[in-house]
Amino acid sequence: MRAVITVIGKDMVGILAKVSAECSNHNINVLEVTQSILQDMFAMIMMVDITKSDIPFTEFSDMLQKAGNEMGLSIHAMHEDIFNAMHTI
Amino acid sequence: MLNARDILETITMIQDEHLDVRTITMGISLLDCCHSDIDVMCGKVYDKITRYAKDLVRTGEQIEKELGIPIINKRISVTPAAMILASCEDKDAVKLAKTLDRAAVTCGVNFLGGFSALVQKGFGPGDRELIEAIPEALSVTERICSSVNIGSTKTGINMDAVALMGKVVRKSAELTADRDCIGPAKLVVFCNAPEDNPFMAGAFHGAGEPDCVINVGVSGPGVVRAALAKAGDCDLTAVADLIKKTAFKITRMGQLVASEASRRLGVPFGIVDLSLAPTPAIGDSVAHILEEMGLECCGCHGTTAALALLNDAVKKGGVMASSHVGGLSGAFIPVTEDAGMIDAARCGCLTLNKLEAMTAVCSVGLDMINIPGDTPAEVISAIIADEAAIGMVNSKTTAVRVIPAIGKQVGEELSFGGLLGSGPVMPLSTYSPAKFINRGGRIPAPMQSLKN
Repeated sequence: MRAVITVIGKDMVGILAKVSAECSNHNINVLEVTQSILQDMFAMIMMVDITKSDIPFTEFSDMLQKAGNEMGLSIHAMHEDIFNAMHTI
Repeated sequence: MLNARDILETITMIQDEHLDVRTITMGISLLDCCHSDIDVMCGKVYDKITRYAKDLVRTGEQIEKELGIPIINKRISVTPAAMILASCEDKDAVKLAKTLDRAAVTCGVNFLGGFSALVQKGFGPGDRELIEAIPEALSVTERICSSVNIGSTKTGINMDAVALMGKVVRKSAELTADRDCIGPAKLVVFCNAPEDNPFMAGAFHGAGEPDCVINVGVSGPGVVRAALAKAGDCDLTAVADLIKKTAFKITRMGQLVASEASRRLGVPFGIVDLSLAPTPAIGDSVAHILEEMGLECCGCHGTTAALALLNDAVKKGGVMASSHVGGLSGAFIPVTEDAGMIDAARCGCLTLNKLEAMTAVCSVGLDMINIPGDTPAEVISAIIADEAAIGMVNSKTTAVRVIPAIGKQVGEELSFGGLLGSGPVMPLSTYSPAKFINRGGRIPAPMQSLKN
């Protein structure tokens, strides 16, 4: 099972470190990372493998959202299925 | 493989453009709850609903979290209550309504639909008792929605039922006058009612449906409008194409949620209703899509054509995205539930006559329209008859949900709160159709019914 983590907000030091640390704490493997600047905003997209995660995905998603709020970023973790459903036939 | 643009597009749709799944509706058959003693039957009804739907809200919330898509409502629809009421010796429909309300509260759903009767050809046992109890039932319950089917392309229009419904709508408003007349906001009068509609207030679980089923209604007027805004000055062929593509994406999301919900609840998947359902929130309006197409204000000349294009493109885009399509499927035009329609009605550009024309090409009918408080029952019946005639002749679903604003006149407002919204009282013709309505009888089925 794979999930997509998106981080959108103002660029700053330590975003990637913070999100990867949360992943590693819960045995979630990072498969792919892309970063870009979108309308002056920092946008990072991470593809992760949640098969061996030690907590339920909803909890992990809440945790990331909270971490994002503390850093003034909008972080979403969503199941890969939603993107596949919407963008592939 | 996913690309960054697609991912960000989805996030923007959800974050900024109000993309959501409007409702997961569990349809439950109550046919096996029939009993001659109403108390025994009510007990069986309560047990069955609370047993089948006990995990509905929790499962909906779980899917919402995991997929990251807001699922606004979790609801229940049941077998038209008049059908099971028929089995009782004491046909106390209000008692049944209270039981359904209690079951809705226990399950945590915000609406339960199916306090309904199907009388397109005549009144069966239980039908008249149920219809006459609607005003009281809607005033003493909070979560019950009611609908009555008074006509169809196959059967024609039951004008006795039409005459009765004018009185019922009026009385529902009178009994809830202290609560902004909210009663009739939960009452829909249908022609060609679909049996698998997941949207309230018209949802019920038809007699041909399985024991239990999951139907999903999607929504996304904001997404369509944003896509059109980005496209700029293209011609209408390009507009239709763009709406189709957007509707495809929205519906795929609905299909995913529907199949997930069906799998987790162990209940068969029924249909996805491909709908653009607005809310009063800014940026979630069907009227604003029409205005984005180039109308100065919704309701001006050209509105019917723009809506026809929109409604058709939504279906064409959605139909390939879902394995089973049903319900109402199309663009809704509920006045008080749509920020753009409310503004257009306030400024006088959107009139009842224009709305009636729009219902010939939209997915439903005259929906959530506030009318003057002194409107006689015969006029309400005549509005219902006109709308039913449009549905009957065009082989489409039409419906009437008008709210007589007791004690109020044109220009004053009613406010229901939440998704039901608010809006001005709109003027009606003051000439009387009373003699026509009081003739009763049936309008025969049109030639279109003879397809065999």
